[in-house]
Formats: sequence, structure tokens, C-alpha cells
Amino acid sequence: MDWGFILERSFSAMIGPEVVVYALAAVGLNVHFGYTGLMNFGQVGFMAAGAYGVGVSVFWLGWNFWIGIVFAFVYAGVLALLLGLPTLRLRADYLSLVTIAASETIRLLARSRVMQPITGGVEGVNQFAGPFYDLSPFELGKFYSFGPFKYLGRDVWVLLVGWTLLILITLMVRQLMGSPWGRTLRAIREDEDAARALGKNVYFYKMQSLMFGGMIGAVAGVLQVIQKSSVQADTFNPVITFTIWTILIIGGPGRVWSPIVGASIYWTLIVFVENTLRQLPPGLRATLEDSIQLSDFNIAMLRFILVGGGLLLLARFRPQGIFGSREEMALDRR
Amino acid sequence: MPASRRWARASGAIGLAIGLGVLAGNGQAQAQVSDDLGVIGTLQYSDATGAKVFVAGVELSIADVGGATSDKDGFFRISVPVPGEYSITLNTATLPAGVTLKDPERANLVALVSENADQRVIFPLITADSVVSVSEGNFSVRRVSQLTLEGLKLGLYLAMAAIGLSLIFGTTGLVNFAHAELITWGTLMAYFFNIYGLVGTFGFFSVLPPPFGGGVNFIVATLLATIMGGVLGFVLNRVIFRPSRASGVSLLAQMVMTIGLSILLRYLFVYFFGSRYRVYNEYASQRANKFWGIELTSRDAVAMVVSIIILIAVGIGLTRTRTGRAMRAVSDNRDLAESSGINVERVISQVWIFGGALAALSGTFFGFDTVKWDIGARILLLVFAAVTLGGLGTSFGALVGALIVGVAINWSTLVIDTELKNMTALIVLILALLLRPQGILGKKQRIG
Repeated sequence: MDWGFILERSFSAMIGPEVVVYALAAVGLNVHFGYTGLMNFGQVGFMAAGAYGVGVSVFWLGWNFWIGIVFAFVYAGVLALLLGLPTLRLRADYLSLVTIAASETIRLLARSRVMQPITGGVEGVNQFAGPFYDLSPFELGKFYSFGPFKYLGRDVWVLLVGWTLLILITLMVRQLMGSPWGRTLRAIREDEDAARALGKNVYFYKMQSLMFGGMIGAVAGVLQVIQKSSVQADTFNPVITFTIWTILIIGGPGRVWSPIVGASIYWTLIVFVENTLRQLPPGLRATLEDSIQLSDFNIAMLRFILVGGGLLLLARFRPQGIFGSREEMALDRR
Repeated sequence: MPASRRWARASGAIGLAIGLGVLAGNGQAQAQVSDDLGVIGTLQYSDATGAKVFVAGVELSIADVGGATSDKDGFFRISVPVPGEYSITLNTATLPAGVTLKDPERANLVALVSENADQRVIFPLITADSVVSVSEGNFSVRRVSQLTLEGLKLGLYLAMAAIGLSLIFGTTGLVNFAHAELITWGTLMAYFFNIYGLVGTFGFFSVLPPPFGGGVNFIVATLLATIMGGVLGFVLNRVIFRPSRASGVSLLAQMVMTIGLSILLRYLFVYFFGSRYRVYNEYASQRANKFWGIELTSRDAVAMVVSIIILIAVGIGLTRTRTGRAMRAVSDNRDLAESSGINVERVISQVWIFGGALAALSGTFFGFDTVKWDIGARILLLVFAAVTLGGLGTSFGALVGALIVGVAINWSTLVIDTELKNMTALIVLILALLLRPQGILGKKQRIG
């Protein structure tokens, strides 16, 4: 077993590109759920909207990459509007039904034969992120090390931009949530009827929250496809939404830094467990493969088993999250 | 009370352990693999009138393994030595004149042969004039009635899954996202009993005669799967949701719990069952019977009749029996039911058992074509659309909603690509919420 390798991977995962992407998506979900109390079960749909917004506008419409990014945000906002219109007047579970259904439908539509000329179908869209990497001050193919962290040049560039964005957006969310607008959102979360009695247009505020959080989700989607240099429908599986939920609940919903903390903990843990299992001594590995079918494929599946089990246990026993406080926000106070 | 509760927990845990054991055993069970494996298929195309024409005399081959020629029914079979991936090639030169592959680049398909059954491959064929016939025959009476029948079939299967979901929502207020996994559970249980028998998955038992070692008859397997569905429903309620209710976990937190549970179960299924597609031992591929131009396989006809009988029985049970009326009473108004002396927790437990069993039964039917680890998750959207359309919490609404969703989805293929037909469910869902959020049979106060 190569502990050095395992630790290097785990450290690099702690602040790696996945953390930035998932933390951004979780910031959006935090706006929805943590601050407004909206049960959005389709955050991955907004990520996909962002991803395809830029991918398709560059690949199919032949637009400039940067205009494509702007289009991606507008597109995600419109999607939020469309999903919010029928559901935000109804009880919380209806929004969850429609968002989970919509996110899965977006994936099915994007990967279908009919849409192949536009979205690339199952193969997806590649080679559109050139303009982003052209700006990179780092050599794309070279490895850079900083203390325990080690990344490819292209990832260093993605990380630099990603973390800057993530911190800026997090600070923006903090400012907004302290403003009268944000306090109205929290009032809606605590008691919708009371907010309505004070003359606030609850529907309107919820809609703004859904659109704002959805557009942050689109930033995550855009960053993810830039990092991977490809847009593929099947990476936007509904299970990603619930990974983001797990991350948010680990950090504690309704807290400013919880998405970053949660994402970092989640990815460090997952990378550590997967790499440790893959690096087990061959004899032990063979025994485990025979007895509990621990094949390479199943090691990859383990991540989702952990997400499922983790979400189940967190929601049951620690709804305010590991670091959250019950005073601010707990899942079961709603 | 504590004693009986302990007993209930223990028995539930045993039930779950047996179930997972059955799943886990599939690794060891490879000892009893049949050595008669093959790649099969039927070559056919639709002529200008929409009638099926079987293509004989076409050569197919698998490199280094062997070849075959399609017979007068268009059927071919190439035996393969061991499970695995095989690349099968159709010799396009041997196709009759005028008949071509729909996609000329796909004369070469990859078949993944699993250890239990022949793997079917499909080479879609067309003739020069059949292209025209598709657009002409699109809205033909024959096609519409065929799609309606398919829709009713889907709707009946969906209804069985949806009633449980709706009743669980009605009695506890919980939207159970893990319901899809109860469906998958039924499919997988039926598969394992059908292939491995009662205990045959545990390697050393596989030498026992059926029903213990070898696979049991599919009908028995279906019954057993239904029972296992009830067991899983009971266990989930007793081990997870009843304690949560008792300690006051909010409904939204419980909803997130069902999501966690759903992911946990789904990936446990793929962990132990694998991601390959499999088929039941019996009824996997049947030639369709024709009635007035409408095609239906015997197995689907039987399954539809069984579904109708079950649904009628459920309807009678809910309206005429004490238990059923208690279920509806709790669903209607929990507090009132409780104050009139109904043991609400007991009713909730019954609803979970009943819902789990029905979902499992629908799962065995959904698995007719292929058995896969995420079969429930793929139709979850449909079940939700059905339940919402009918009215969350109403059992008869779920039935009506399911039938409408089933037919609507199949009709939608008249105008959109088949691949996108499940999108119709989302449209139905959104329309229902816009126009009548309480659902067809729902009451207004529920939507809050």
C-alpha cells in the first residue's frame, strides 16, 4: 500500500476542482433551502442548464465562448422561472416533485437521438472551452506542487478562477442574506404566513430565490464542463443533486461557509476511501472481492452507498448538520 | 408491548437479512450456470401495410465462435461458450433485395451474454417502402389502438405501484421517494427466486432440488417477491420511519430520509446485482398474439388480467373491509380517525406492508423485458405524475392517474420520438399542478 499516494490524492481532493463545483452548487442550494426553505430536489438540472447553455451555444450556434457563458446564466434563470411558476404557490413537496422530474427530463432530452445535432446526444459536446484555457498563465500540461497539493497546470488555472468565483459568490450571498431582502427570505423560511401578513409578496420572493440559487447552480455547471472540457448528459444524474444535499447538510444549511466545508469534507473522505480500497494488498483485495464482491466497479458504487446512508442518518439524527446550529436552521424545523 | 416490539424488529431484520442474502448470493451461484448460452434475435421488418415480415436466409456470425442463418420465422441463434461480450455481425449481402438495415452502420452489434439466458440482439430492418408506411400509418386506427393497449398495460402496472405511494402519503403525509426501490426490489426478488430458488443462491444449497436449490416457477417467484415486498415495506416502516415519527422528526426531514434511503438501496442493488441487464427464466421473449391487428403477448395479457383483479380486490378491500376503511379514514383525517379509536400506527404499518407488496408485484411485471438494478428509478417520474394527477393521498385517484399517464405516454409517441415519451409524464405533472393542483380526486385543503 502506498500511503504517500493515498494521502497526496486526499489532500489534493480537499481543495480540488470537484470541491469548487460541488460547493458552488451547494451555495445555490443553500440559497434555496438553507435561507428560503425551498425543497429543490433538482439542483443538477440547473447545473445541466448552465453546462448545456454554454456547450450548445458554442458548439451549435457558434457563438463566442464568453457570450455563451452569459447565455447559460440567463437560460438557468428562465428554467427556474418556468419551474417556479406552477409550484411555488403550493406546499413544499410539490416543488420537490417537479424539480426532480425536470432535472431528470433535461438529462433524458439532452441525451436523446432527436437532440443529437444540438446537444451531441450521448457523446455530448467537446472542445469548446479553448478561450478559457488560452488565458491561463500556467502551462496546461505541467504538474505544479504547493506543499501537500499537486495539480496539472490546467487544473491550477481552473482552481484559481473557481475559488475566486466561489469566495466572491459566497461573500455576495452573505451580504445579500444580511440585507432586508435576505431577511425577508429567512422570514419566509421561518413562517410564511407571518411574512405574508407583513405585506411581503411571498411568491415573488420565493421566485427570486429560486432563480438566484439556480443561476449559482449554473455557475457550478459551467465550471464543471470547463474543467472536464466536455458536456455529457449522464454526468447530470439526479444522484448528483442528493450528493449536493448531503454536502449542504454536512456543513449545516443556512450557514454561509457550510457549502465549502461540506464539499471539502465530502470529497476528502470519498477520495481517501476509494483510493485506500483500490490500494489494498492484492491478497486482501482478492479475499474481499470473493466475499463481498469488492470489484473496481463496486468501489465506485460505494460512494453513492455512502451518500445514501449518510443522507439518511444525517436527516434522521443531525438535521442541523455537523457544524450547524439548531437556532439558525435545522432540516426538521420546517 | 416492548416484547412484541422487539419480536417485530427481530423478525423484520431477519426478513431483510434473508432478502439481502438472496441478493448477495449471486456471486456464489455461478456454479450452476447452464452451459447452453447464446445470442438470439428475430429478423423482421414492417411492410407497407404495417404487417410484420420475417426475413429468412440471412447469415450472421460471431468471430471465432460460429455463425447461423435466420430461419423462416426470421429467428437465429448462435451458441456461445461462456458469458461475456460478443460482437455479432450481420452479413448485409445476404439480405433480400430491397431490405436494408435501418442504420447502415450498425451491421455489427455487441451482445453482453449473462450467465443465465440467451441474449437478444435487434437488427432493425426497413424496406424502401416501409419508411413511407411509418408516416402514413402513424395515426391509423390500428396504431392508436395498439398504443392505447400498451398505455393501459403501463397504467395498470403503474397503478399498483402508485396506490401504495399514495396511501403512504395519505396516512403519514410523507412523500416516499424510496418507493421506486420497492418496485426494483420486487423485480430483483422475482428474478432471484425464478433463477436460484428459495435458498439456491447460497452456493452449497444449489444442489438441492427445486424449489430449494433450482429456480422456481415464475408464478411462484412472483408470489414470493410480493411477500418479500411486504416484508421490506414493514421493515422500512418499523426500523426507520416509525421511530422517526415517534421522536418527532419533521416531514421534510423524513422526505430527505426517503431520498437517502432510495439512493442507499439503489446502489446496494447495483453493488450486489451488478449493472448488467438480465431476463427471467421464463416468459422473457414471447411471440405476440394478434387480435384484430393489435398485438399482445400472452404474458402481458395474463399480467394485465392479474393487475385488474388485484386492483378490483384492492378497491373492494379499501371500501368494504375494516382494515381498508381504517386506512382510508386515517388517510382522510388522521386526528379524527385516532380519536374514534383507530390504532393509527397499526394502520400505517399495514399501509407500508400493503404498499410494499403491491409495488413489488408491479416490479415483477415491469421486469418482463429486462431485469435491471434501476428499473424502479426509471419509472419513478411516471409514478409521481400518476399520483399527483390523481390527487396525492387518494387511492382511487392514483388508479385513475396511472391509467391516464400510461395512455398519455404511449399516445405521445404518435407525435414525438419514442425515446422521449417519458417526458410526457413531466408535462402531465406540470399541467396537473397548474390546472388542478389537488389532483382529479383530491381535496383542496391538502395542497396547503
